[in-house]
Amino acid sequence: MSALPTAEDLKAQIEAGVPGTAVTVVPNGSPSAQHSLLLDHGHARAVALFLRDHAEFRLDFCSLVTGVDWLDTELTEKLKVKKMVAGPDGAETEQEVEEVRKTKVPGYLEAVYHLFSMEKKHGPIILRLRTANRTDQTHVPSLTPVWRSCEFQEREAFDLYGIVFDGHPDLRRILMWDGFEDHPMRKDYVPPADDILAAPRPEAHA
Amino acid sequence: MADDLKDLKLELSKNGIFTTTLEELYNWGRKNSVWPLTFGLACCAIEMIATTMARYDLARFGAEVFRPSPRQADLIIVSGTVTKKMAPQVVRLYNQMPEPKYVIAMGACAISGGPFRDGYNVLKGIDRYIPVDVHIPGCPPRPEALIHAFMTLQKKIEEQALRGESRPRHLNANEPSEFPVPAFGAHGLEPAQNDEVFLNEPGNPLRILQ
Amino acid sequence: MTTVAELERRVEAGEDGLGDILEVSMGPHHPSTHGVFRMDVRLEGEKVVRLKPVFGYLHRNHEKIAEHGAYLSAIPYTDRLDYLCSMTNNWGYVLAVEKLAGIPVPERAEYIRVIVAELTRFQNHAGLVGFLLQDMGASGTPLMYAFREREKILDLFESLSGARMMCNYLRFGGLRVDCTAAWLEEVRRLVAGLPKFVDEFEALLRTNEILMARTQGTGVLPRELAVSAGVTGPMLRASGVNYDIRKVDHYGIYDRFEFRVPLGDHGDVYDRYMMRILEMRESLKILEQALRGIPEGPIMDPKTRLRGLRPKAGEAYGRIEAPKGELGFFLISDGSANPYRYRVRPPSMINLTILEDMCLGHNVADVVVILGSVDIVLGEVDR
Repeated sequence: MSALPTAEDLKAQIEAGVPGTAVTVVPNGSPSAQHSLLLDHGHARAVALFLRDHAEFRLDFCSLVTGVDWLDTELTEKLKVKKMVAGPDGAETEQEVEEVRKTKVPGYLEAVYHLFSMEKKHGPIILRLRTANRTDQTHVPSLTPVWRSCEFQEREAFDLYGIVFDGHPDLRRILMWDGFEDHPMRKDYVPPADDILAAPRPEAHA
Repeated sequence: MADDLKDLKLELSKNGIFTTTLEELYNWGRKNSVWPLTFGLACCAIEMIATTMARYDLARFGAEVFRPSPRQADLIIVSGTVTKKMAPQVVRLYNQMPEPKYVIAMGACAISGGPFRDGYNVLKGIDRYIPVDVHIPGCPPRPEALIHAFMTLQKKIEEQALRGESRPRHLNANEPSEFPVPAFGAHGLEPAQNDEVFLNEPGNPLRILQ
Repeated sequence: MTTVAELERRVEAGEDGLGDILEVSMGPHHPSTHGVFRMDVRLEGEKVVRLKPVFGYLHRNHEKIAEHGAYLSAIPYTDRLDYLCSMTNNWGYVLAVEKLAGIPVPERAEYIRVIVAELTRFQNHAGLVGFLLQDMGASGTPLMYAFREREKILDLFESLSGARMMCNYLRFGGLRVDCTAAWLEEVRRLVAGLPKFVDEFEALLRTNEILMARTQGTGVLPRELAVSAGVTGPMLRASGVNYDIRKVDHYGIYDRFEFRVPLGDHGDVYDRYMMRILEMRESLKILEQALRGIPEGPIMDPKTRLRGLRPKAGEAYGRIEAPKGELGFFLISDGSANPYRYRVRPPSMINLTILEDMCLGHNVADVVVILGSVDIVLGEVDR
């Protein structure tokens, strides 16, 4: 297996090869060390073509397209701020107070692409495309025009997560029937009430 | 059959005279030539195929030919998970089979949803829409278990009285032989179950809860 | 040949003289669709002008169930993906978890994994040839031969793991239980007799006129399309692309064994059928070498945590060369006992991407043969 460049090197080469694009390295905490590159929507397809046709990389095989759902989270921070505090005698003095600030971090849907090269026998290079939020801005560009193997898998991510792939030749549901309205793999999906007959699911034991 | 009739039968057969009742003859013919439908859904289908192969050989029991067309089949072995997407087709196939027809629910998934019970697309048992005659548990049931299910069905057919209250469905004009096909809804199937079939099934534990 | 767009325009315009346009729905209940699979086929006379695969009839939301359970509880569900090859499914998943959590595997366990995986590959390919011939109309006889050997292999799996089909045998870090010396003797005895079976099987079929007439030149898949469509496994190699993950990724201990990767010239159904026969022979070579070299030793590191495994937050993609193609598992961990995201790369579903391309212009009778050569199992396509 020929050695692929590190994630940072790859980011530099892509930014040099596709002007105007902004690539972010998403580090991976596990021992597998498979780091990924987050792409911007406007240049995603150009980057994909660059990686596919590049003489050294030749990433001609898109093995896997995965949809992921990241829920809205709340970031709790303890900050030291200077505030005017009333003293016992009524006079206000400036003091340093600890304040708990909660900011809402909006969730998003993500499409993760694992790329390999059949010609050079190396990989994986992992690309990520994220939507702006989980509610009304769920569009990402489709990479099916670059790799045909994305066709069914992007349809599945649309079916189960609701990610809309712009430029996909035939975007419709693939596993559930056409009239189905939910996106069942989302983390906040609630199955219909008449489905539940038994006790709730057991939590994973420690 | 009454004991004195049995003794008479034995005495006559010792003299080389074969006697039977119409019921016995009719049921003997039916039970020994049950032709199943080629209907495999999932993993249990592979065990069903293995049962028809050389080692376990279901053909010995009369299931000589598996018919691909429901119009020519007597038995539907629902082998594998029935999903909500597939459920209307299963009910349609069952409706197309002519009477007398039987259903074997093979495997945990066909009985109750099995290991996939927790599923948004899984029907929790085919007995929600069609009446089931024999349930055979297992995941998957061994070929011997399927043969046992088949023999249980044969025993059930043999014991069916042709007259009276408990006569089989095909001789009773009041019993339905076709069941409504569920439709695809926005969040699941509509209706979610056929209450007449599901709740009236003998031995269904949910009957107690109603 | 008219294009699909032109044909649709003519149908919309209600023009005459189009020949017979027929829309046929093949499946989901069909004797030859290998399970609950449907194809919406549009025919002009007997020729296919459009083919859309429809599946999801066996979608059992395996991924959601795995995300709700612990890492260990997903293993029995992987058995039920490609339900003919439960051992290799287990291996794909435990490899991904081992990559995610950095778990080493002892040597004896690696040898036994190779033995059960190659036995699985053998019975899968034999079964596939049997089913392909069944679809072509050889009602049952080649399948009976294949299943006769399959039953012997399933007997071995049953005595090793307790179950014929759903073995649930591999664990991350090794295996559930060790095999005995008697079991290895049984495997050696079986493997000694299998080359004769492959010879007999092949000799019965190799010069069969119907097989050759129906499969040679049918369903040709060109190289570039196969690579772009992400096709893997024997179907890819039949089109001449040398990509076998056992050789590319060097997972397990496959580097220690000498075996070839057969390649096809034409990419038609006949080549795909021959791939399976040749790969059966290569599997037997690997089995002989593994049975000779298997060492004594433990099958699992005692410090490995099975229950309550909580890998560090991160992600990993692990893949193996399953009998059907590249079977991969993508896991994202958030540090808890359940995987945050659990994704299966189903080779059967991705190999179906170019089903329409292969079938266009052929007769409807060839569709069944081409589908049979793709080797799909609906448990994997739909998960």
